[in-house]
Amino acid sequence: MDITVNILLTIATAATPLLIAAIGELVVERSGVLNLGVEGMMIMGAVGGFGAGYLTGSPWIGLIAAIVIGALFSLLFAIMTLSLATNQVATGLSLTLLGLGLSGMMGTSFVGLPGERLPNLNIPGLSSIPIVGKLLFGQDPIFYISIALTIAVTWFLFRTRTGLTLRSIGDSHTSAHALGIKVIRYRYLAVLFGGACAGLAGGHLSLVYTPQWVENMSAGRGWIALALVVFASWRPWRVLAGAYIFGAVWIGQLHAQAFGIPVPSQLLSSLPYLATVVVLVLISRNKRLTMMNTPASLGQPFVPDR
Amino acid sequence: MMRLELVKRPQRSLLFSMLSPFIAFGLTIIAGAIMFALLGVNPLNAFRIYFIEPISQVWQLHELAIKAAPLILIAVGLSVCYKANIWNIGAEGQFILGGIVGSIIPVMFPQFEGPLVLPLMLLLGMVGGAAYAAIPALLKTRFSTNEILTSLMLVYVAQLFLDWMVRGPWRDPQGHGFPQTIQFGDSAVLPQLMPDAGRANLGFVFALVAAVAVWLLMSRMLKGFEVRVLGSSPRAGRFAGFGPNRMVFFAFTLSGALAGLAGISEVSGTIGQLQPVISPGYGFTAIIVAFLGRLNPLGIIAAGLVLALTYLGGEAVQTALGISDKVARVFQGMLLFFVLGCDTLIHYRIRLVGLAAQKPETTAKLDAAAKLGEAR
Repeated sequence: MDITVNILLTIATAATPLLIAAIGELVVERSGVLNLGVEGMMIMGAVGGFGAGYLTGSPWIGLIAAIVIGALFSLLFAIMTLSLATNQVATGLSLTLLGLGLSGMMGTSFVGLPGERLPNLNIPGLSSIPIVGKLLFGQDPIFYISIALTIAVTWFLFRTRTGLTLRSIGDSHTSAHALGIKVIRYRYLAVLFGGACAGLAGGHLSLVYTPQWVENMSAGRGWIALALVVFASWRPWRVLAGAYIFGAVWIGQLHAQAFGIPVPSQLLSSLPYLATVVVLVLISRNKRLTMMNTPASLGQPFVPDR
Repeated sequence: MMRLELVKRPQRSLLFSMLSPFIAFGLTIIAGAIMFALLGVNPLNAFRIYFIEPISQVWQLHELAIKAAPLILIAVGLSVCYKANIWNIGAEGQFILGGIVGSIIPVMFPQFEGPLVLPLMLLLGMVGGAAYAAIPALLKTRFSTNEILTSLMLVYVAQLFLDWMVRGPWRDPQGHGFPQTIQFGDSAVLPQLMPDAGRANLGFVFALVAAVAVWLLMSRMLKGFEVRVLGSSPRAGRFAGFGPNRMVFFAFTLSGALAGLAGISEVSGTIGQLQPVISPGYGFTAIIVAFLGRLNPLGIIAAGLVLALTYLGGEAVQTALGISDKVARVFQGMLLFFVLGCDTLIHYRIRLVGLAAQKPETTAKLDAAAKLGEAR
């Protein structure tokens, strides 16, 4: 029983960064912007979170730093694509490339240092209930944030007027603009939110998952988060399901490697990436469904006529 | 408060399409100077070490050519993809597969020697890269799967596959346990251009030939026209009878083959064996090269040399100033950012307006559009 609980806990830890980054990107894409810089914002959050946590000795300050750095980094993308109407695919790519470089440079002096870990929740009485106690009341704080974010974003997108406006912008920025909606302003805020989420996801990696700084420690998670949004057909709860499936794959291959299953470890390591491809194929096979779910103006630059 | 406003130019500005790479480079230099100053280094000194010293001797120019060759080869292929609005960002993986498949002969049949070996290796490398690139193309055309994500995921798979090959089946039994294949025999090594002067090998010639060939293809042949039409207006392309699916395969396999050629050239000419890591991110840096070169193969030659210099400069500041060679990556990323930003100037005029300022004088059409917008 204990083993099952432990496995579930590790799956949750592996799924949390994917979930947070994907939820953030979901909001961005719902507003009609495709930000391929998730990986870059995530790794910046990871290095910033680790650095701030290490220098101040407080993982909480690290957490806040990760969020702020992620958002600031996404501002670069916002200025480029929204104010200067650059190509979103190319700009997102350059954000990722720049993030990987900058984080590597900023992190050189952090390599090998012991980091600060965010403490797990511990509520006397509740956390020690057998089985459910640890799962519900004994996880790291970011886990709870990730669940709260999923609920909040679902509510925001589908139950508030602002959420409806945001979705309408994603489906037709021209019509939204004609209605007098401030398309660019909404998109700025959406991109900043996505950046903050990606930063937080990165902070999770360097403050909870493996509390240390390793170059390229995001290892493609930002890209998997992007794939999750497509897999979830832009619905928050499906993102959650997808994140946990991928968390399970990630943990499953690690366990398989530890058990010494007679399969090359490299093959096991490549499973999350192969799974991403397979999942993308399965979900996009139905062309009509994809067309229906994709925000119609996703990725198209918008320059307001005046 | 001031606000940026973009005003569409009636037609693309020729002036800015020539100038923008240079403006971008200038801005990168300024940002780089700020960065060096923040790191506590005299920017002028750093720039001398970064940009001038690495190319002040003949043998160093050869090193520049060695770094530029794969960048140009890959970027030339990518430029065709991007012109056609097809987003292959997995060139790094295609480069690796080219290196692996091209190495079949020297690793598995080292006794096979002679003048046939090299051409076969290069051919196999191209086939390997093209075949690997055909996967995202197939998934895109058959299942309309997003090629950006699939091609990128395959990079990680390729890296792990190479890692397994050199630690497992292809490990040199006499290699003292090092994860590497046997050293290639003499007839499997790409010859150097001027062995007395430096290390540059035939790979650089391949890059130049590929650039000129693709330039001819894009500017003088029907296929190039097809690429441009399908890229800028898929609908018009369909009316003209151009097959978008065939174009996806064409662009992916062409760029994959060139990336594969770059891979096997690097392995055979520069490294001489397979190792767990054979590329310092050439496949990704080539994306920057393609954009900096304005997606024009001839521009890409120049851009490839510039980006190759950022690699050499990164190594130079690391040894001379003790700054991480990651600084090269930062320079590359900034350069792409500024290029993309400056490209806006080709299509738009940028105007700063105060929020309270009265309506700027524009053409009648724009005014009418504004009134429509205000009237809701």
